[in-house]
Amino acid sequence: MLPDSGFDGELATTQDKNHAESLTPGDTLTMGLLSFFRPSFHHGIHPAQHKDTGDAPIRRLPFAERLVIPLGQHIGKPARPIVHRGQEVVRGEPIAEADGFLSVPIHAPATGTIRGIELAPTARGPKADAILLDVLHGSSQEVLYGAPQDLDALSREELVRAVQETGMVGLGGAAFPTHAKMTMPDGHHVDTVLVNGCECEPYLTTDHRVMLEDTENLIKGVRIAMRATGAERALIGVEDNKMDAVEAIRAKLPADDSMTVHALRTKYPQGAEKMVIKALTGREVPSGGLPSAVGVSVFNVASLAQLGTLMPRGQGLIERVVTVTGPAIERPGNYLVPLGTPIRFVLDTLGRESGPGSVVLGGPMMGSAIASLDVPVTKGTSGILVFRHAPGAEHLGRQVQPCIKCGRCVEACPLSLNPSQLGLLAAKREYDAMAEQYHLFDCFECGSCSYVCPSYIPLVQYFRIAKAILRERSATR
Amino acid sequence: MSDGPLVEIRTSPHVRQTPSVDQIMRNVVYALVPVCVFSVWAFGISVLALLLVTTLACVLTEQLFCLAAGKPTTVRDWSVVITGILLALTLPPGFPLWMAAVASFVGVGLGKLLFGGLGQNVLNPALVGRAFVQAAFPVAITTWTPPFAEGRFTEFIPSTLTLPFLQPADVSGWLQLRAVDGFTGATPLALMKFEHVATPAMDLFTGMVAGSAGETSTVAILLGGAYLVARRMMDWRIPTAVLASAALTGSLFWWLDPGQYPDPLFILLSGGLMLGAVFMASDMVASPVTPLGVWVYGGLIGFVTVVIRLFGGLPEGVMYAILLGNAASPLISGWTQPRVFGQRSRGGRR
Repeated sequence: MLPDSGFDGELATTQDKNHAESLTPGDTLTMGLLSFFRPSFHHGIHPAQHKDTGDAPIRRLPFAERLVIPLGQHIGKPARPIVHRGQEVVRGEPIAEADGFLSVPIHAPATGTIRGIELAPTARGPKADAILLDVLHGSSQEVLYGAPQDLDALSREELVRAVQETGMVGLGGAAFPTHAKMTMPDGHHVDTVLVNGCECEPYLTTDHRVMLEDTENLIKGVRIAMRATGAERALIGVEDNKMDAVEAIRAKLPADDSMTVHALRTKYPQGAEKMVIKALTGREVPSGGLPSAVGVSVFNVASLAQLGTLMPRGQGLIERVVTVTGPAIERPGNYLVPLGTPIRFVLDTLGRESGPGSVVLGGPMMGSAIASLDVPVTKGTSGILVFRHAPGAEHLGRQVQPCIKCGRCVEACPLSLNPSQLGLLAAKREYDAMAEQYHLFDCFECGSCSYVCPSYIPLVQYFRIAKAILRERSATR
Repeated sequence: MSDGPLVEIRTSPHVRQTPSVDQIMRNVVYALVPVCVFSVWAFGISVLALLLVTTLACVLTEQLFCLAAGKPTTVRDWSVVITGILLALTLPPGFPLWMAAVASFVGVGLGKLLFGGLGQNVLNPALVGRAFVQAAFPVAITTWTPPFAEGRFTEFIPSTLTLPFLQPADVSGWLQLRAVDGFTGATPLALMKFEHVATPAMDLFTGMVAGSAGETSTVAILLGGAYLVARRMMDWRIPTAVLASAALTGSLFWWLDPGQYPDPLFILLSGGLMLGAVFMASDMVASPVTPLGVWVYGGLIGFVTVVIRLFGGLPEGVMYAILLGNAASPLISGWTQPRVFGQRSRGGRR
């Protein structure tokens, strides 16, 4: 267990300590100088890292009594249920099938009885259809379903279909179906598979632990991705605050392998798709385009490590590693959590301090605060952060002040947008000017501008609203 | 909902960096302390009174406008305190206090609040105030008194206590009485412009010369600037661009005719250039936000300053150069939008 001193107990602010705090100034300087020469992207920010769970090995969480398994855990069409109320299922058995190409199946995370299909709360807010599964009391963690398959015997198309069968999505948080990234639009050819082990969000350490503890399966997974995409090489990018992971992977690779590991500068949002592509290949994904436009396909390390584990066994995705941490959690760490486990169960098991606070799914920069603890862990849940009030702090954000045009947001934006101007236009509701003159739709909402704003202007929220309104307008037009 | 009071929601990002606006503004005030201390030391209680009057008048003006508009007070963001202090530092040490109060009212009222308050003003409020009194009281704003005069801590410079709407007392008698060797009532810039007399660079650097209350000591100004840059609360590129541009422009003319034009070091160290470059051109609100824009803006200010000094009717041009730069900065921002990631051409303009 980690000492409590690892957290500063603050809710809405972090001190301006830029890099890892436990290092001496000398170490920081050396690392800083070394890091300066490592590949990266333009601009970005250095939030306090809080990666205190980085050395906490992955541990299993027990089954909750009832799992809530949303049908739409991925980007695309929700899965179609293939079970009925009262049906008994075993751990690993498919319970919902892919509905079309941009969709993935869902597998039973535990042995038990289907309770029904009902509306259940989701992290995004609105309730959505979910399969309720009563877990068989005393059932084991062993996966009883699935038949080993010889991957080498499969053609490229069959391999991509086999990836879809696992129900795999981007486990970094975006939850985009993995097989869809392996299928190129006509005329696009991918020469490089990029493996994203940056994990640039503060607090989160799941990718770090997976790279350390599941290195061989990760490498297997990368080879599957290379075969499925037809890429000639694979580049694994890891932020240089995880040099142990870089070494662990490098140690398991042959000298002249087509797969190489690269340390990247620790800087947020290094793990954003466009940023990691820029850092590793120097290529710039054109505005509005996909990575395949520059011959690249990007996969998260945890997704590929899971593929490397599941595909040879012919099994599906039923659990994932989640970093559970924050100032108000008693036993922070990295936990292997069955999908569908309610957040309430996770927090009860690991101990949450009583008193008001907030619970954030994902990282503190891009994650969403949930309104109900009945929301379950899904395929895209990379972290559960539990904050409490800092005594005396205005917990719901400080008072918003006028923009003083300090330009900090301009220096922070990884896309070289002008958040200051965009924010002023949003306040005047000039949404069309935001999109047409200031490239609003290039923004991927990393939150860097809001993070540095001394006036506490909720810039990213303004941009989300502006995009939503513009989308609605163009839909009704 | 059972979780109602226990689970709060808000939008991402869930962590925020300090400093806030008022912390930044407060640090600018701290950075002005060396300049203020030097100024009071050099010119005595007249400058102390000037500082107190402008600061108080600026704060009161903002408070009054807030009350009149029925808005919550905004003086707690400290920005108006900076305006007050800066205004005093740009005035002659013996400037009549009532005129300083007028400058404060005009600077904050017209220069800032009528535009909508903090963040909305186009021009630097302190300079708006100064420009107004420059036009309204041309004699008082060019009446200079020597530094380190005897008895400066026990008595006011006679013009300081002028009653409202009355002509300031003539200080020439007082000057003769206090006469420091060879003081002619001119600043180094005026000496250079009208009499071609150069002042030693060392005196300019340390502040052993006549001039506006806060502009004389380069070393005190740089100290404050260095503090702000170290705390990342000032854009170092702006003063750098202003000074570099002024030095380059000055060098050009000096190279053309060293007998006619002053050397670039004199240009850098004399007059209000240093104070203006470090504390006023760098005013965040009235300067561009784009990376290229700040260089263009600073370059423009430095160039215009030197051109006014060398070819204009006035010995000094920093104030008008900065006001011009302020006015141009929305345009400069619009023209210098950086190329957005993944876009072929540069960003939009307005």
